[in-house]
Amino acid sequence: MKITEMSLRQLTGALADGQISAVEAARAYLDAVHEKEPQVGAYITVTEEAALAAAGQVDKARAAGEALHPLAGVPCGIKDNICTKGVATTCASRMLENFLPPYDAAVMEKLNAAGTVMLGKMNMDEFAMGGATETSYFHTTHNPRDLSRAPGGSSGGSAAAVAAGEAAFTLGSDTGGSIRQPAAFCGVVGMKPTYGLVSRYGLIAFASSLDQIGPLTRDVYSNAMVLNALVGQDKRDATSLECPVKDFTQGIEEGVKGMRFALPKEYFAQGLDPQIKAAVEAAAKKLESLGARVDEVSLPDLDAALPAYYVISSAEASSNLARFDGVKYGFRAKNFTDVESLYRETRSQGFGAEVKRRIMLGSFVLSAGYYDAYYKKALQVRTLLKQRFDKIFEDHDAILAPVAPTTAYPLGQKAQNPVEVYMGDVYTVPVNIAGLPALSLPCGKDSNGLPIGMQMIGKPFGEAALYRAGYAFEQNGGALV
Amino acid sequence: MNKDFEMVIGLEVHAELKTATKIFCGCSTKFGAEPNTQCCPVCTGMPGSLPVLNLQVVDYAVKAGLATNCTIASFSKEDRKNYFYPDLPKAYQISQFDLPLCSHGWLDVETEAGSKRIGITRIHIEEDAGKLVHVEGHGTLIDCNRCGVPLIEIVSEPDIRSAEEAKAYLQKLRAILLYTGVSDCRMNEGSLRCDVNLSVRKKGSDKLGTRTEMKNLNSFAYVVKAIEYEFNRQVAVIEAGDAVVQETRRFDPATGKTSSMRSKEDADDYRYFPDPDLPPICISEEKRQELASQIPTLPDERKALYQEKYGLSALAAEFLVTRKEIADYFEAAAALTKYPLIAANLVNSEIARLTPEEGTVPVAPAHLARLADLSGEGKLNSSMCKEVLSILFKEDQDPDALIAKGGFEQVSDEDLLRSMAKEVVASSEKILADYRSGNKKAFQALVGQMMKRTKGKGNPALIQKLLKEEIGE
Repeated sequence: MKITEMSLRQLTGALADGQISAVEAARAYLDAVHEKEPQVGAYITVTEEAALAAAGQVDKARAAGEALHPLAGVPCGIKDNICTKGVATTCASRMLENFLPPYDAAVMEKLNAAGTVMLGKMNMDEFAMGGATETSYFHTTHNPRDLSRAPGGSSGGSAAAVAAGEAAFTLGSDTGGSIRQPAAFCGVVGMKPTYGLVSRYGLIAFASSLDQIGPLTRDVYSNAMVLNALVGQDKRDATSLECPVKDFTQGIEEGVKGMRFALPKEYFAQGLDPQIKAAVEAAAKKLESLGARVDEVSLPDLDAALPAYYVISSAEASSNLARFDGVKYGFRAKNFTDVESLYRETRSQGFGAEVKRRIMLGSFVLSAGYYDAYYKKALQVRTLLKQRFDKIFEDHDAILAPVAPTTAYPLGQKAQNPVEVYMGDVYTVPVNIAGLPALSLPCGKDSNGLPIGMQMIGKPFGEAALYRAGYAFEQNGGALV
Repeated sequence: MNKDFEMVIGLEVHAELKTATKIFCGCSTKFGAEPNTQCCPVCTGMPGSLPVLNLQVVDYAVKAGLATNCTIASFSKEDRKNYFYPDLPKAYQISQFDLPLCSHGWLDVETEAGSKRIGITRIHIEEDAGKLVHVEGHGTLIDCNRCGVPLIEIVSEPDIRSAEEAKAYLQKLRAILLYTGVSDCRMNEGSLRCDVNLSVRKKGSDKLGTRTEMKNLNSFAYVVKAIEYEFNRQVAVIEAGDAVVQETRRFDPATGKTSSMRSKEDADDYRYFPDPDLPPICISEEKRQELASQIPTLPDERKALYQEKYGLSALAAEFLVTRKEIADYFEAAAALTKYPLIAANLVNSEIARLTPEEGTVPVAPAHLARLADLSGEGKLNSSMCKEVLSILFKEDQDPDALIAKGGFEQVSDEDLLRSMAKEVVASSEKILADYRSGNKKAFQALVGQMMKRTKGKGNPALIQKLLKEEIGE
């Protein structure tokens, strides 16, 4: 079996047994990167030398008989909005093209301590704003399932790399679907954890109250293994929480017998590709056949989630991105005459159109006279939606829903139509608004052979149940892509 | 001062809290370090960094609120105040907007006009910005050491009606913060700064005029000067038939004048919203009580004690207590003398004047107590007392030895003084005539002559008695 085709369970087993070395694993993935990058374009930065050096360290430690973390020596890719000390962290923006963080994000500290081997930094929509990785300042990423199509976004590079075998796993970030939607488009597994489960320290903020880092992998079990390495309360992130679960792979094979799933009809309303609807409904039947109960339910006011999301996320973004002013780091325009023009020119030239659109939108909804009508209202919607979800979780373990209204669309098709791209987030944003975990996994293919994704939405800290259900579905002929 | 108008003043005071570390990270708050040596990714606003609230800041702010009779919010939050400025690395300041930690408080001040209660609208916590340093030839440099130093902003009601009241309010507030131990209130280091909001109106009117704001005044004297100048300026504007423009004005200590900085039209919309990186602040009743129990004796308690125990006037007692180090000194001396009232007068008139702001008194309390005793026993008159004190200030030493050596003892030899009095009366026909024709002040000229003859050491009471006898009263 090719190293780049192994699941994480197989790869970590082979590394632990000494069947392959970490350097061999890194080399195999780097070869794949060299071979496929010209077509896929998943990476912004490839850190080949550092990767081989890190892999060498792991091999040395293993040879010395040191106790190693299960993920030691596993080659991975990191979304380019996660700070990596001394390695350019660009957010796919001209603004941070040359930004070298002076520190590692909390998740990088954890992964580095575990001995994973970073191959490089993944392409994304600029500052994670977009749904096709087309707003990247650097280049477009192509969907490995069909190179003429978008990989989804904003973690498009992370999803494409996993799908193309250019990394054993990647990290993405999910503010309104940015892990789950590209996972669905590329036919991989992506977890958006409960808000607070993974420290945001070192994740360059888009919308602080919505952002979460999570793993993308080729299968469910692998995903649970990676999440194990990421969780834990961090005293540097006041919103991070203690993780109640020790090991997400524990009990993952117990099956779905007795589990109760909800199928909210609002997720299957107009605008949804009928093939996706059919695939998710078929998945529900499959889970029923495996012993789960599936109920059709109602989740009122779901349609308010999308506007509330765009108000809240843009408001927070307008403030979070204000620090990029050309004064301290990153891009600085040359043609300024005073402080005012330094700001204006730097931000005009450093940010792309989509980022500017969100900053303007966010500044508007926070402005005196508009705050109550927009921002405050959106917060009320947020509270209401949390209650709606709570109600369903009173007697269900998880919700089944589509991830996106369409499968991967051709590159360039929606680039000129931002509102259409926003509409594509309709099924993913409610989870962020409510702070819930959701697992995105493949559940079939459409008539073009493109992957269809579904999401399993859980209670707060319900990741283990989602992995269990996802694993059962996957192992029992759930359409593997 | 125009008597037809009155001024309406509200003060915003920023006090630096004396925590060891900054409000959202572990960096030191120590003053005076080399530029940019006390900062980290958090306080320099590096991408991806996150703030975590230093809980000591909340405790200190709540204590300041309790000491100024505020209501403490059980639920409070932090908000972002968004604006661009090079000394603000995140381009927003974390502050508090609609739910401050403390509100609806007050404090009492004492002026010549009597006692007055000044309302405190709110006290909230926030982070300080950095410092811009303009270097000739290098342009403007940024020192981030001060970024994230914790502040409380104390906003008064527009209850203040004179520069004297403003000064009394600031002194009282400073005293309370010092007593409570939440701030060092060092104005020369900028750890206490004041913004003055001032408007004028015709006396008798209850409508507020258009106000101007003068920012970052860092001495009480500047506050007084800025208020006096701005009052006269606004009155002149109105009397000339013009309207006062709502604006921020800069006070120039060199000229004593204020000048326009920017008008309200280009004022920022700060787009406040709750900071999503920080959970709300909840203060339980137990916590509030715990902090209340840690509040030490406050200036007003001491003031009441001094009035009752030593018979001090309200103004004299207020004057003593507003400087904690002075009040502490007075208490130490008062415990050692039979004449605490004299000690109080000496402290208020001499010690307070000679001791620099934020300095310590160089004279041992026992030495002051001894002077008060000697004075009370009629062995040292008040001008000699002052003279001895000024020597002790330069070099503290045993006052008895100094008095003996310097011959400062009071002259109370009745025979000697009577013969002097006879001479003075005999040689002062003109003054005497003036006095007899009703100018009672002329008597002081006779006393003056007596003091001159005794080289300032004459017993004033005895001199007066003898002079009156010689005049024949």
